[in-house]
Order: sequence, then C-alpha cells, then structure tokens
Amino acid sequence: MTRPLLSAVAWRRRDWCVGAAASLAVLRVSAQFRVEISGVGATQIPVAVAPFRDEAGAAPSLGVVSAIVRADLERSGVFKLVAAPNVVEETAQPNLPEWRARGADALAGGSVARLADGRLDVRFKLWDAVKNQDLGGQSLAVPLADMRLAAHRIADTIYEKITGDKGVFSTRIAYVTRAGNRYALRIADADGEGGQVALNSPDPIISPAWSPNGRELAYVSFESQKAVVWVQDVATGARRKLADFRGSNSAPAWSPDGSTLALTLSRDGPSQLYLIGREGGAPRRLTQSSAIDTEAAFAPDGKSLYFVSDRGGGPQVYRMGTGGGDAQRVTFNGSYNISPAVSPDGKNLAFISRLGGGAFRLHLMDLASGTVTALTDTNDDESPSFAPNGKLIIYASTSQGRDVLMTTTLDGRIKAKLLSTGADVREPVWGPFNR
Amino acid sequence: MKHNTKTLALILTAAALAAGCASKVPLEEKKDVPVETRSGTGAGAAGGAGSGAPASQVTTVNTGASQATSAPRIVYFDFDSFTIRDEYRGLIESSARALAGSRNRKVVVEGHTDERGGREYNLALGQKRAETVARAMTLLGVNGDQVEAVSFGKERPAAQGSDEAAWAKNRRAEIKDK
Repeated sequence: MTRPLLSAVAWRRRDWCVGAAASLAVLRVSAQFRVEISGVGATQIPVAVAPFRDEAGAAPSLGVVSAIVRADLERSGVFKLVAAPNVVEETAQPNLPEWRARGADALAGGSVARLADGRLDVRFKLWDAVKNQDLGGQSLAVPLADMRLAAHRIADTIYEKITGDKGVFSTRIAYVTRAGNRYALRIADADGEGGQVALNSPDPIISPAWSPNGRELAYVSFESQKAVVWVQDVATGARRKLADFRGSNSAPAWSPDGSTLALTLSRDGPSQLYLIGREGGAPRRLTQSSAIDTEAAFAPDGKSLYFVSDRGGGPQVYRMGTGGGDAQRVTFNGSYNISPAVSPDGKNLAFISRLGGGAFRLHLMDLASGTVTALTDTNDDESPSFAPNGKLIIYASTSQGRDVLMTTTLDGRIKAKLLSTGADVREPVWGPFNR
Repeated sequence: MKHNTKTLALILTAAALAAGCASKVPLEEKKDVPVETRSGTGAGAAGGAGSGAPASQVTTVNTGASQATSAPRIVYFDFDSFTIRDEYRGLIESSARALAGSRNRKVVVEGHTDERGGREYNLALGQKRAETVARAMTLLGVNGDQVEAVSFGKERPAAQGSDEAAWAKNRRAEIKDK
C-alpha cells in the first residue's frame, strides 16, 4: 500500500534556521489530557498541512485527520505550521512556488474515503516547496477505530522525510492513574488522546513495561495484597501471573528480544535481580548481594543491564552482564540515583537523582564521557522512559500540587506537559514502534 | 491531592463511547482474584468482515474488590532505619508467642515507607523493614512458613500529608493475620 518516498537526505541538509528561539505555548483540550508545550528548538521547519478532501465527516468523534497531523507536528517542537485553509488532495498539482512564497518549505494534502468493507482509505502526499518536487505519498486502509493511528502514521512519515529520524506519533504510552482508591493502568496515543483502560483495580499498580513487540504489558499489581508481576495481552485482556513467589515480586524489565524478563524478587531474603522466561517458570538469580538490587533496565544489545543497588550505602546505578559477573558502578554524583532508563541507541542513561534540598530531578548521562546534565528544574521527577526514536523522554512529575506527565527533548529545551483531567497520573512508559 | 471520581467516570464513559462498545464479559473466577471482568473497548463497530482487529484495540480487565483485613499490629521506624525500636519489642514478642503456640496460624508482615523517593526502591526498603520484623519473630520461635514478609513501599500510606508527622506514621510494618 505504501509508495516509496524519496530520500530525506536533501531535506536534512537544508538550512531550516528560523532565527532566535522564541517561547511557544500551545494549549489543546482533549478527553484525557491538556497538553502544554514550552520552549522550541533552535530551528523550526515551516510546513503547511492542508485539509484533506472528505475528512470532516469520516469519523467526527475521533477527530479530523489533517488536524491530528498538524497537532503532532506542532507538538514535536520541530515544525512551525503555515496556514492552509483550503483542501489540497493528494492528486492535486499545487502551485508550489506560491506555497513557498507563503513561507512553507513543505506542503501535505490528502483525502479520506470510506471503502465498501467499512474501512477508511486515508491518502496523502508530501511536496517539497523549496525544490518544487513531489515527494510521494501513502495510502492507508484502516478500520474506523484506527483513524487516529492512520493520521499519526502520516505525521510520522512527514517527520521522517523532513528530519531523517523516525517519528513516534503513532506509538503508545502506558501510565497509571489514581483517583481516590481507584487505580487504572491506561494506554493512550503518544499525544495523550484515545486513552483506554487495560486494568482497573482498587489496589495499587506500579512499574508497567511494554513488551518489545508492543502487544503485552508487564506490571506489578497489589490486588492479592502483595506485589505480584503480571503480563497482560493488551488487545485481548488475557493475562497471566509471571511471578508470584514468596515475598515481593516487582520491577519487570523485558529483554530486547522479548524472550526474558528481569525482575526483583525477595523470595530468598533481600531484594535481588532474577531472570525469568516470558512464560514464567523457574527464575535464575542474577545478583548475589546482601543489599537491595532492583530496577533493572536492559541495554539495547541485551548483553548487559543497568540496575539500582545500595551495596555502597545509598542507592546508585550499576551495570553488569546478563550472564552474571561483577557489577560496575555507573553513577557517582550525589547520594541517591535511581530509576535508570537506557536510550534506544545505548548511548545515554536517564535516571532520577536526589539533590541536596530533597528534590528528585531527571538527569541524563552521556555514557561514553560520563557527563551528567539535569534536564529539568522541577522537584518531584519520577520514572523516565525513552521514546523509541530516542528523541524524547517521558517522565512523571508534579505541577502546582498535581501529578503530571511530562516529555522533554534530550537537551531539555522543549517540554510538553500532559495534564490529566480527573486523576493523578504516574508511572509513564513509552511503547515501542510496533503495536 | 484531590480526587474526582465523577470526572474519572466521565473519562471512562467517553473512552467507551469513542470506541463504540463497552459490553462486560464475566470470566472465570480465580482463587485470589475474586472477580475479574473484561470489556472490549477498542474494536467497536469499526470495519466489516475481514477488516481485522484494530491495532488500537485495548481490552479492559477489572480486578475484584480489595479484601478487608483485621486490625494490624504496627511497628514504626525512624527515618532511613530498619532497626526495631525497643518500645516495639513487647509487641513482636507477644505476636511471636501467639504464633509459636498455634502452628496453624499465619501472619503477613507488610513493610511501608514514607512518600519520598522512587516507588520501586521504596518497595525494596519496605520489604527490608518487613523482613526485619519477620526475622525477629522467627528468632523467637515462629516457623518460617508462618510469617511472610511483603511490602507496599510508599503505595499505601497510613497518613496523608508531606510533613514529618505524616511520614513518621507511614514508616511502618503491619503484622496482619493471614
């Protein structure tokens, strides 16, 4: 269904600079979240996304395709949207010099049609207004319920063609909400929309983790009045207990190939790391310390993992091979460093560091040099998780006394705040490209 | 922090409406999950025959109601400490005596922490508190299989608030009959 698009190299080489960075605030009201964006990148690429033919009546309750694409591109902080009030179809031959004169470096247009079997056929095309070139397009035939997904995939394609990086607009996030004594494990599109509940419980739920194929979530539920690790198929709701050993079972982390999970178990006394197959079975003990070892996170090559241990006194991040052996300490600044997350390219480590005044703040370490940078100026940061393209980190924090979810770029410049409408939100985890 | 269950209900309703389907399907009962229901909220009326399940489909699982428990005996801890204060030795000894005299009885020791710090690390810290109390009881003659140490970390505070008064009430181990 997908026609090949031209190479993005030419796009990347061009100078997209739009002058000094200005502050930008975008407010959007949605069913689950209000999204506030602050900061912009050094450059913003001006693009126009015209209304698609026949998109208005396609699935009004789910939104409008071109509006979803525009919101995605704008929220990324990488693009500046140029006004495009009139419909441009993918079959059109737009006057590109005219679009260039309006300030657009690129133009997208398309159409939405209902197929005989009830599906939607969403088509689009992208044009380079600077080089006066057709950059190709796509036709996506999807069930009605996946209309937003089709729009996010179009935004991903535009993002990739123009920046050279894969987009994450079509990915999902999982997170936990608490309203009174009701806990819910939720799944939403990366823009916070389309939220659905995977698990409702009167007892706490923590530490959700996506399987690499995007189909399952491992999580810790206290529904049996102790911490037990479950794995749940997101689409069907079928679930299984992965670890329900004596004591606490927690901190699930999937190996990159999805075959194995690292867990923290206390069945032999102290909280230690174990490996267990995705279907369960006998766990293999990985760490042998008399201290707390927890919060494992696999390196992308699956050969080593990062984890938190207080073997040296306070909690610090360590690294060890998945085959066992000695652990090397990774964090040295400060007395309390927890919740490691490894970037998809394995080059960066995000973690939470406690500062002198008791603030818990998101930090990023360049693993090659060991250089550590604070990415926020907030005080209650928790649970960092990388977007699968490695360009953003989602984390939990507080704002004006409320729990919120935040995303930040790796340089800390562009932040988006996802404010939930009713419940407190925590424990965000970004899903893989697959779904 | 305020909790607005009405808004949550609206959100859930909206999500269900958006998906076009919210029928509840009771499933099999499980031993420690008294009631579990699932409701499809992603498939909706989308597409026709042969269109396949939407990639956006999520099915909701509802766990059963939280189980009520008897009033616990509580051991409080100092900040960053896992040491049982002298004032609680009597409580632990009497609990241990009762168990040693009745080998069929079982208890669970739940460790808890205050709200500061990460959820998983606090879970491990709470576990360490619970293990300390459980070990003290086994040293007093209780069989290992009569007492299980578990942790709620910072997930189930006894007192709300972000001051030392609340934190002191939350750094605790609760001994509960099983």
